[in-house]
Amino acid sequence: MSAGPPEGLLEARGISKNYGGVRALKEVTFTAYRGKVNVLVGENGAGKSTLMKILSGAEQPTGGEILLDGEAVVLASPRDAQARGIGIIHQELSLFPNLSIAENMFAGRELRRGRRFVDRRAQRRRAHEVLKRLGQDQLDPNAIVGDLPIGQQQLVEIGRALLEEVRVLIMDEPTSALSSHEVDVLFDVMADLREQDVTVIYISHKLDEFRRIGDWVTVFRDGDLVAHESMSRTDTGWIVRQMVGRDPDSLYVRNSSKTGEILLDVRDLSVPGAVPVHDVSLTVRAGEVVGVYGLMGAGRTELVECLMGSRKAVTGTVTVKGRPETEGTVQARMAAGLALVPEDRQRDGLVPTMSVRDNILLATVARLTRGGLLSGGAEQRTASEKVLDLAIRIPGLSAAVTALSGGNQQKVVLARALLTEPVVLLLDEPTRGIDVGAKAQIAALMAEFAARGCGVLFISSELAEVIAMADRVLVMARGRITAEFTAETVTEEALVTASASESVLEASA
Amino acid sequence: MTETHVDAPATGAAAPPPGPARHPAPAKAALLLLRGRTLVVLVLLVVFFSAISSEYLTQSNLILMTKHVAINAILAIGVTFVILTGGIDLSVGSIAGLAGMVAGGLLFKGLNVPGGTVFFSAAVVILIGIAVGALVGAVNGLVITRFKVAPFIATLGMLYVARGLAQLHSNGGTYPDLSGTPARGNEGFHFIGVDSLLGIPVAVWIMIVVAAAAIVVTTKTPFGRRIFAVGGNERAAILAGIRVNRIKIAVYVISGACAALAGLLLTSELGAAYPDTATTYELNAIAAAVLGGTALSGGRGTVIGTVMGAFVIGFLSDGLVLVGVSTFWQSVVKGAVIVFAVITEQAQQRLQSSLTKRTS
Repeated sequence: MSAGPPEGLLEARGISKNYGGVRALKEVTFTAYRGKVNVLVGENGAGKSTLMKILSGAEQPTGGEILLDGEAVVLASPRDAQARGIGIIHQELSLFPNLSIAENMFAGRELRRGRRFVDRRAQRRRAHEVLKRLGQDQLDPNAIVGDLPIGQQQLVEIGRALLEEVRVLIMDEPTSALSSHEVDVLFDVMADLREQDVTVIYISHKLDEFRRIGDWVTVFRDGDLVAHESMSRTDTGWIVRQMVGRDPDSLYVRNSSKTGEILLDVRDLSVPGAVPVHDVSLTVRAGEVVGVYGLMGAGRTELVECLMGSRKAVTGTVTVKGRPETEGTVQARMAAGLALVPEDRQRDGLVPTMSVRDNILLATVARLTRGGLLSGGAEQRTASEKVLDLAIRIPGLSAAVTALSGGNQQKVVLARALLTEPVVLLLDEPTRGIDVGAKAQIAALMAEFAARGCGVLFISSELAEVIAMADRVLVMARGRITAEFTAETVTEEALVTASASESVLEASA
Repeated sequence: MTETHVDAPATGAAAPPPGPARHPAPAKAALLLLRGRTLVVLVLLVVFFSAISSEYLTQSNLILMTKHVAINAILAIGVTFVILTGGIDLSVGSIAGLAGMVAGGLLFKGLNVPGGTVFFSAAVVILIGIAVGALVGAVNGLVITRFKVAPFIATLGMLYVARGLAQLHSNGGTYPDLSGTPARGNEGFHFIGVDSLLGIPVAVWIMIVVAAAAIVVTTKTPFGRRIFAVGGNERAAILAGIRVNRIKIAVYVISGACAALAGLLLTSELGAAYPDTATTYELNAIAAAVLGGTALSGGRGTVIGTVMGAFVIGFLSDGLVLVGVSTFWQSVVKGAVIVFAVITEQAQQRLQSSLTKRTS
């Protein structure tokens, strides 16, 4: 550390965390400085959130110690951390949408009148004070939280943390769902908190945003803390280099097949919803792997769900292999030759009550009948063939699918999609939450699929992955395509800039 | 590796090596016992009651008890289809009552058409009765899928509506004589509920046929597979191209048809159609399914388990009657057995997942 570093308040010393065989954190030593905004960056799975869970008492470290004000402390529970003045605001809001602002702020620690009764008036008063501190004194503490826009909900969540004497406030990607105006309000609040000597730890993906507010930046990669520097001594390029760190081409197989006819042609597609998609046009050619890069909430998932027919478009056309697809149902799109590997395999992919075999065959089981009845032999053969093809490691075809590791579960969902014999494979964050080896295998499978003359459209929020795997990269931000790069022109910096951009660049088609 | 994987809690971590699993023998035996617990309970019941009463384990009593079981089993098989998709059907008792009244009316007073009254043969009447049940089930399915009404509410509503229609059919009265006349060509309705074939009541034969068909449909057809998928993870089923709404409507149609069939058997057995027939039978049917290991959350269960569940409930009730336990105590015992069954179901799930984990 250079001369005269600011005073450290919360310190993690040699913290490790193992989940089973996976090392999420490798002896990380991190210091959050008093009265500063300490920014944490890193790709998904780099270990930032794990460290924050440990510092807020939600998880226990496998090794190492935590120091608060130079004194070793044990944070056995979130309540424990709260009592020591450490508050956390999670990426997913943990509010009760059916309760009022005041009720939400005091949920679980209601102010009492006498021994039994809730002192609603005192709660409202205190809630109002906190809202005022957040510059939101126009908000009625009785307002139902579910009726508020997402940005104000975020502020209610912060208000809840501020009710207690908070010395350290951890914010895990609080801006991912906010509009730019809401982000401004949030940053004003953060600046105020800093004035009040509150230590802020701020996790973010948005380089342009956190550079405005951060004092110190710490970069995580693969469970290691790889860099820690005063913000003023860094630039965007430096941060991205620290985040990516490795030569991505060493990990991923690049598709190198010749591109042919247009297989998927999307024109002016608009999709309503919480994150609306506006006027998206794109093409995927035979033999081509197209990546869609963007942050959470950019509308990427909405886009592929609409392509797959599980979400209705309001305008726009989808053409597969030259045939316009007017019927927007999953069955029609599947028949046309599209298949989707969804982002959240637990929620949208796997049927947890079914075996590995039944999960693999789910979409195509009707083809394996003889005289209307399922043919056990054909089922067994088809499923085991795919298990071999994709090198899925399973205890047996009839094992519960929940017994598999994340990577193997993902391959099960991929196997199901491939069995429908698609011409264009849509993959939404295909490598999320799986280990490096499985990532490389899935990348290889995607390249192999393209080499057979099919098309791949995949979504990713990992810079290294998109750059290494895609022949062409589209960037989405706020429901629009904001930039397009070829494998030759794409750079990390350009992607990061375009993903945070508000301007709309027409996709050249 | 005993810890869990990062993104797949409660499951094994890395891929386990292939080959036979090495479970400790006692745990394996316990799991086997838990899996077959409905059968175990049934055997225990028979042993217990035959020790107390010499009349219990006689051929005539077994046949009689099985006939009692048949009606509930058919209802419960239909309900099992619904529960497997994660739904529930509270209207089956009322549908049974309505089907019985429709059949009773057609047999007793015929159908008024312009120019006189038409009578249908008993076989046609039975088919019409089943069609009525299927139609009511279709309405349930449409209300649930098109208007997104929770199955509990939709079928609770139908419980009242169908019962009301049954009462309206006769203005609350009874159709006292269903035997028909040769002149009308509608004799023989008693065949399904009263007669026997090869010494076994026709109702029991019907139960066997229904159960066999249901087992084939649930385990051997793509439709059956999709039912399990819808109940196990509806979102995944949609993305796998399954027409979830169609599956849901279909299971309510099946449930309605099974309920109507059960109502017809009951009406035939009674020899008269009462609008209150089969009141609260939906609860026995759901109890049989749950007792047989069908998870109310959907996606897990078997038809054979449901049939066993119906046997446990029937043999338990009749046994309690035979040894002279008051109806009030019967109710208490039945309720306790149902709750106990669910507790053991959860024990089975826990043991199963812990054994899975140990292999990985």
